[in-house]
Amino acid sequence: MTIREEQVLERIARARGSRARLREDTITLAHGSGGKATHTLIEAVFREAFANPLLDRLDDSARFAVNGAELAFTTDSYVVSPLFFPGGDIGDLAVNGTVNDLAVSGARPLHLSAGFILEEGFPVADLRRITASMHRAAEAAGVDIVTGDTKVVQRGKADGCYINTAGVGVVHSPPSGEIRPGDAVLVTGPIGEHGVTIMLARGELDIEADLLSDTAPLNCLLADLESRCPGMVRRMRDATRGGVATVLNELATDAGLAMVVDEDAIPVRPAVRGACELLGIDPMYVACEGRAVIVVAPEAEEAALSALRDHPLGAEAAVIGRVKEDPPGTVLLKTAFGGTRIADLLVGDPLPRIC
Amino acid sequence: MRFVDEYRDSEKARALAASIASLCEPGRHYKFMEVCGGHTHTIYKHGLEDYLPESISLVHGPGCPVCVIPMGRVDDAIHIASQPEVILTSFGDMMRVPGGRGSFFDAKAAGADIRMVYSPLDALKIAERNPSRRVVFMGIGFETTAPSTAMTVLRARAAGITNFSVFCNHVTILPAIKAILDSPDLRLDGFLGPGHVSTVIGCRPYSFITGDYGKPLVVAGFEPLDLLQAVHMLLTQLASGRSEVENQYGRVVPWEGNTKALEAIAKTMELRPYFEWRGLGFISHSALRLRDEYADFDAERIFDIPGGRVADPKACQCGEVLKGVLKPWECKVFGTACTPETPIGTCMVSSEGACAAYYNFGRFTRERVKEATR
Repeated sequence: MTIREEQVLERIARARGSRARLREDTITLAHGSGGKATHTLIEAVFREAFANPLLDRLDDSARFAVNGAELAFTTDSYVVSPLFFPGGDIGDLAVNGTVNDLAVSGARPLHLSAGFILEEGFPVADLRRITASMHRAAEAAGVDIVTGDTKVVQRGKADGCYINTAGVGVVHSPPSGEIRPGDAVLVTGPIGEHGVTIMLARGELDIEADLLSDTAPLNCLLADLESRCPGMVRRMRDATRGGVATVLNELATDAGLAMVVDEDAIPVRPAVRGACELLGIDPMYVACEGRAVIVVAPEAEEAALSALRDHPLGAEAAVIGRVKEDPPGTVLLKTAFGGTRIADLLVGDPLPRIC
Repeated sequence: MRFVDEYRDSEKARALAASIASLCEPGRHYKFMEVCGGHTHTIYKHGLEDYLPESISLVHGPGCPVCVIPMGRVDDAIHIASQPEVILTSFGDMMRVPGGRGSFFDAKAAGADIRMVYSPLDALKIAERNPSRRVVFMGIGFETTAPSTAMTVLRARAAGITNFSVFCNHVTILPAIKAILDSPDLRLDGFLGPGHVSTVIGCRPYSFITGDYGKPLVVAGFEPLDLLQAVHMLLTQLASGRSEVENQYGRVVPWEGNTKALEAIAKTMELRPYFEWRGLGFISHSALRLRDEYADFDAERIFDIPGGRVADPKACQCGEVLKGVLKPWECKVFGTACTPETPIGTCMVSSEGACAAYYNFGRFTRERVKEATR
C-alpha cells in the first residue's frame, strides 16, 4: 500500500461522507431498490421536504408519546409481481411487513389500515383470495385491520392490485438503540428466500426450486427475545428490500462503527445459494420478508440465540458477526474462502451478470 | 453445495498460497493480467488477494463485456429503442452503462421499452409473443456470448420470425490482448487466460502470446481455487523458464474449443474491418457483425442508426485501466466524481469492471482489514 493509494482512499472516504445529491431528472427503478439510489432519494427529496425530529431518525417506525403511552407508527406499500407466489401472496406480505416494522421497533402491533389501488378488470375472486389471506395473517399476528380505502384506476395504469398498509403499536420495550464495539450480530433465520422465490415465480428464468417465501410476522418471536434478554437488545431491523447486507450497512453507518460478518455463519438454504450462484447475485442483497437482523450486547449473545431458536420462526437463527470500531460505517465480510471484502450498499437492484 | 464448495476450500487455499510464496524469486515483482472480467469479480468477491504475497500484482484486463462498449454504441441502441414499436432487449449489466445521453435505465424512465433478458432466446420469445412489435436484442460480449446470439439468429430464420433483429456488438478477445501486448507502457509476466471464452475458441489461438511475445498463459476457471492454481502454474512456468499455453480449466475447456459454437458464429457473423473499444480506441478485426445473408436480422441495417462517435469524458481513464496501465485507484476521478452511483466510465458499472470491483470490495488497506477481522 503506497502513500498515494492511502491518500486516494481517504479522499474517497470524504466523498462518501458528504451529503447525498440527487442528480437524476426522472425517477428510475433504481430509486425503488432499497440501495444507494433509494437513500439518495429519501435524503434529497423526502427528508428535505418533511424534516422533523421523528422522521429524521429514519427508523422502521416513528415512536412518540401520547398521554403517557409510547406509540409506534409506520406505513409500507406493496407492489409485488406476481401477486400470488409459493408461500404467500401480496395480502399476507402487506400485513406481515407492517407488523414487522412495528415489532423491530419494540412495539406490540395493535391496528392496521389497508388501502387498495385496483386496476380496472381485476378479478374479484383474486381480491377475495388476497383479503382472506390478509385476514389470516392479521389473526396470526394478533392485529385487526380497522380502517381502509379503495381506489380503482383505468386498465393499464396499475399492475392488478397495489396495497398500502399502515400500523400503530404500543411500545413496550424499545431496543436501546446504542450499538457498541463487541456487540453480537444475529439473524433470525436463513436469508434470501422471499426474493429468490419471487424471481423464480416470475417464470422468466427456467429454474425450478423447492422454495417458499419466508413471509411471516415476527412480533411474537421478537417479544420472546426481549422478555428473555431484557435491556440487552441494541437494535432490530427486518431485512426486507436490499437484504441483510443493506440493513447491516444502515446499522454500521448509523452507529459509525464496523460490522464484521462471517460468510460461513450466515444461514442460506442450498436452493437459494444455488439460484444465486447461477444468476451471479449475492444472497446477502436478496429480500427477506420474515427475517430480522438483531444486535445484542456481547454478554447476551447465548441467551439471545437460544431465545430465538426456541421459537419456530427462529429455529435456524445464527450469530453472524460482531461490531468493531474500525473501519467506521463499513460492513466487512470474511469470505468462506478465507479472504475479506467489503459488502457495500448496492446502487440499484442486483443485476445478473453476463457470463 | 457440490461443484462449488470443492473449489472454495480454505485449507487447500492455504496450502496453495504457501506453495505460491515459495515459488516467488526473492526480490522479483510479478505482474499477471487476468484477461476476463469474471476473474476480476472472483478475485474481489472472495478476497483472493489475501492469499497472494505482496510481490504478485494482479492486473485487470480488458475482458469485461460491458466495459469495452463505447458511448456511441449505447447512444445508437437508445436511438433504436426510441423508434416506433421497438422493444430493445439487453443483458442486465448493460442497463446502467452510460452513453453520451444517459443509460438504458434513463431511456426506460423516459418511456423507451427496454427489457432485461437472460438469454437472446428470451428476446426471441418476446418477439414471438408480440408479433406487432419489433424486438431488437443488444448483442454484447466476447466469444462466450456470441454463439448464443448466432444460434438465436439461426433459430429465428428457421422459424420464419421476421420481427426480431440483433444489434451486434460482439467483440473478439485476441486483438485486444495483442493491443495490450503492443502497448509500450506495460510490463507483464504472464496471463490468466479467459476460461469461458476458451470453452468456445479453445487454447490453441493463444500460442502467439507464448511464442511471439514469450509470455506464459494459463487458461483459468472462475472459482477462487482455480485462480490460485493458475497463478501457481504461471510461477512454475516462469521458474523453469517456459512460456507455454496451459489449461487449468480442463473440466470445462476442451483444447480444441467448441467447433459447433464456432460454426454457428462463422455461419452468421463476420469480422468487421475495425471497431471502437471504449478506452482502447479503434482496433482492427476485433468485432463481429452479421453477414449479408442475415441482413434482415441486422438492426444496424434495419434502423437508420446515427453511428456517431462520442468521445470519452476527458477525466475518464478507463482505457488506461482496461490496459492495466493504471490501477483503478490511480485514475483521477476514481471514487470521487466516478462512483458506482454516478459512473463516468464503464469500468465503474459492471461488477466485473475493475473499478467497480475495487470500489465495492476492496476499498481499505490490507492492514486495516486484517486488524478489523482478527
